[in-house]
Amino acid sequence: MDWNEVVETQGMFRWPYAIRYGEERKISTDVLVLGGGIAGCWAAISAARKGLKVALVEKAATIRSGAGGAGCDHWVLTPNPLSEITAEEVVDTELQDTGGYTNTISRYIAARESYDTLLELENMGAKVRDEDDEFKGAEFRDENTKLLFAYDYKNRLHFRVWGTTFKPALFKECKRLGVAIYDRTMATSLLNERGEQGQRVVGATAINVRTGEFLIFKAKATILCLSRPQRIWQFQSELTGFDTLRPQTNTGDGHAIAFKAGAKFTLMEKSLAHIMGSGDGFPIYGQGNPFNTWHPCSMIDAKGNEIPWVDRDGRSLRTVRERSLPSSGQKFMGERSLTYAYRRPQLTPDLPERIKKGEFVLPLYADLPGMPEEEQRVIWGMMVREEGKTHIPIYQTYMEKGFNPNQDLLQSYLFLGSDPLRSPGLPHKRVFGEVGDCGGLLTDWDLKTTLEGLYAAGDQLFASNYHHHAAATGRYAGRKAADDALKLKEFKINRKQVEEEKKRVYEFTKQRGGLNWKELNAASSRIMQNYCGDPKNEELLNIGLIWLKDLQKNEAPNLIASDPHKLMRTLEVINILTCSEMILHACLARRASSKFLGFNRYDYPDVDPSNWHKFITIRQVANRVEIGERPIDFYGSLKGNYESKNEDYLGSSIYRR
Amino acid sequence: MKKRIYAAPNPVTPSRPLLFKEKKCSGCNVCVEICPMDIMIPHPIKGSPPIILFPDECWYCGLCVAHCPKQGALKLNWPLIQRVRWKRKKIGEHFRV
Repeated sequence: MDWNEVVETQGMFRWPYAIRYGEERKISTDVLVLGGGIAGCWAAISAARKGLKVALVEKAATIRSGAGGAGCDHWVLTPNPLSEITAEEVVDTELQDTGGYTNTISRYIAARESYDTLLELENMGAKVRDEDDEFKGAEFRDENTKLLFAYDYKNRLHFRVWGTTFKPALFKECKRLGVAIYDRTMATSLLNERGEQGQRVVGATAINVRTGEFLIFKAKATILCLSRPQRIWQFQSELTGFDTLRPQTNTGDGHAIAFKAGAKFTLMEKSLAHIMGSGDGFPIYGQGNPFNTWHPCSMIDAKGNEIPWVDRDGRSLRTVRERSLPSSGQKFMGERSLTYAYRRPQLTPDLPERIKKGEFVLPLYADLPGMPEEEQRVIWGMMVREEGKTHIPIYQTYMEKGFNPNQDLLQSYLFLGSDPLRSPGLPHKRVFGEVGDCGGLLTDWDLKTTLEGLYAAGDQLFASNYHHHAAATGRYAGRKAADDALKLKEFKINRKQVEEEKKRVYEFTKQRGGLNWKELNAASSRIMQNYCGDPKNEELLNIGLIWLKDLQKNEAPNLIASDPHKLMRTLEVINILTCSEMILHACLARRASSKFLGFNRYDYPDVDPSNWHKFITIRQVANRVEIGERPIDFYGSLKGNYESKNEDYLGSSIYRR
Repeated sequence: MKKRIYAAPNPVTPSRPLLFKEKKCSGCNVCVEICPMDIMIPHPIKGSPPIILFPDECWYCGLCVAHCPKQGALKLNWPLIQRVRWKRKKIGEHFRV
C-alpha cells in the first residue's frame, strides 16, 4: 500500500520495529564474514566446512541479497574438462584487455577453481545442467553432461546456467552448516588490535537497520565481501535503482571501513563514462540488443533489414551459427574481450555511419522471431529468465503484457542515446563500480589484505569480475581465512574504539540539523562530476578534496536520521564520501594519463608512458593518506604461486590441467 | 461524499513500484522480508498488505513478486520512463510494457 494512502485514511503510524539505539550485542566467532552476497555466502560455507564457528553479516536478507541474488545466466571464463582452454589463457585475455591493470591473482584463482565451484554449487541443489532435455540436440549443449555453453560453442569456456536457483541453494547450505546469519545488519567499522589503525583486524561493529541495535563482533579472521562503491558520480534522488546491475545499497561500505582500518587499495583512479545508474537507461537486459545475455541475437532496422554481423577481421558472417564460433585462425573468444586475439563477432562497427547515411532506419529491434528455434528459446526462455533482475521484471512482466518471442521484435534504444551496455554516456557522468574493473583491496595469494586477520573476496577485491569470480574467490578466501583462524587464539577488542564508533553512528539519530542523506549524496556526486570528471588536473582534484572535506566537516554533522533505515542510508553516504576521497587521492597520485584506466590528466597528457605502467596504492597511516606503488606484474608466477599455496587443495580439485 | 483534501508533500517518484491486490494479499509480509532494499514495512493492521515506505529506493529486482506465496497478489510496476516497446513483426502493430 501507498504510504500517503495509509496516512490519509488512518493517520500517522509508528515505526514498526522496536528501537534499540545504543543497545549492545556481543558476538564471538572464529570467522566473521561481512556481506552475504555470492562471495560472502561462499566464504562462510567454505570456512564452516573446516569446522569453524562462522558469523555472516548481511545488510539485506541473505537468501536473495547481493548483485547475484536474483539470478545469473552465465558462468564464464571457466576452464573445464570439455574445453582445451587453460587458466593461463583465460588470464591472458584479461591482461591484454586491461593493459595489465587487472587482478591477475584473483582471476587466476577463479579460472583454476570456478569449475569445481560450479559442481559444488550443483551438489547444494542449484541447477547447472539441462536435466529436462529442453535443449537436446542444440549445438551449445554437450549431450553427455547436459551442460550448456554460450558465446563460443567450439571452446566451451562459458556456461549457460539457471542462476535463479543459486542464492537459495547457498543460503540453505549456510544454514545446514550452522553459519550464524545476521540479516538486516550493516557493518559500520572494522576493529583493530589495540584500536590502532593498521593493526590486525580483530572484529567489527554493525547496526541492525530496522532496530538500530549495536552489534560488536569479535573474530580471529574477518572476510570482507561488501561489493563496490556506487553512487559516486551519479545519484538520482528519485528513480534511483532501475538501471543498475548492483543493488544501490552497495555503497562501498567495505572500501570505506577497510580504508579507515588501514588496509591498502589499488586501481582507485580507474573510472569510465557510462549511463548506467544515471536514470537514463532502460531495464537491464529488457531491451532488444545483441550483447551478453542476448548474444547472438539478430538485429533488424525499422524497415526489417538485418544488421550485418562481422568477425574480428570485419568479414561479414552469413549465418547465425558463425556468430558463436571463433573466427578463422582464432583459438577462442574471450568473454567481452576487445583484443584482436580474443574478440567475438559483433554488429558491423560502421553501423553508426550507415544509419546516418540512411542505409538503416532507426529504431533497431531484436529479431527473436527470426532466430533459429533453439537460439530464440535459450535467449528469451532461459537467459533472460535466469539472469539477475530479469525473471520477474522482464520475462514475466513482458509476457503478461503480451510479448511473444515468436512474433515480436523488442525495440532497442541503441543509438537513441541510452543503451545500458554500450553507450559511452557523458564524460562527467562516470561509473566506478557498476561495470568493468575498478579499485578495491589489494591482497596476496591467500586473498589476505595488507592487514593481518583481514581477507577479501568478490567485488571487494580490486578489478574483480563476474558471478563465477565472486563465488570462486569467496570459496577460496573462506578456506584461507579458516586455516588462519585455526592457528590463532582470541584477540581482545579495544573498548575505546568501540565507544568512538558508537558515538559516530548514533550522533545522526540525535541531530536536528535537517540535512538528509539524499541531498548530501547528490552534492558529493556533483563534486565528483565537476572535479573528477573527464578533465583531471592537480588543481581540479585538489578543489574536489577541499570540497569533500568541507562536506564531511561542515555539512555531514547536520545529517538527520529519523529511523534506523535512514540511519543506514546516512551511514552509506558517509561511506560514499570516504570512497570519493580515496578516488581523488589516487587520481592525484597518478601523474600520467592512461587509456586503460579511462584516465585523462590534462596536466600530464602523455598516455600510458612506460614509467607509469604500475599500480598506485593508497592507504591511511596515522589517519594520513600514504601513496605507494606495486610493479604491474607483482603477482609473479601464476601457476607456481597458486600451486605452492594450494598443495592441500590440488588433490581434491576436479579440474586439473 | 466529497473527497477530503489533505495538506501533504509531493510524493516521491516512482510512487508505486509495486501494486498489491488487497483482496488477494494475506499480509504475510514475505515480500517485506525478502526485499534487498528494505523498502516495505508491515502494515499496522495485521493481514493488510505491507506499506511501501521507500518506493524511491526500489531496485526493480522483482524478488518480492517471485517469493509471494499468493499468485497475483503483488505486481511489479515499471516507472513510466522505463516502459520498453515492441512491434509485432508480421503486422507492424506497436505494443509496450
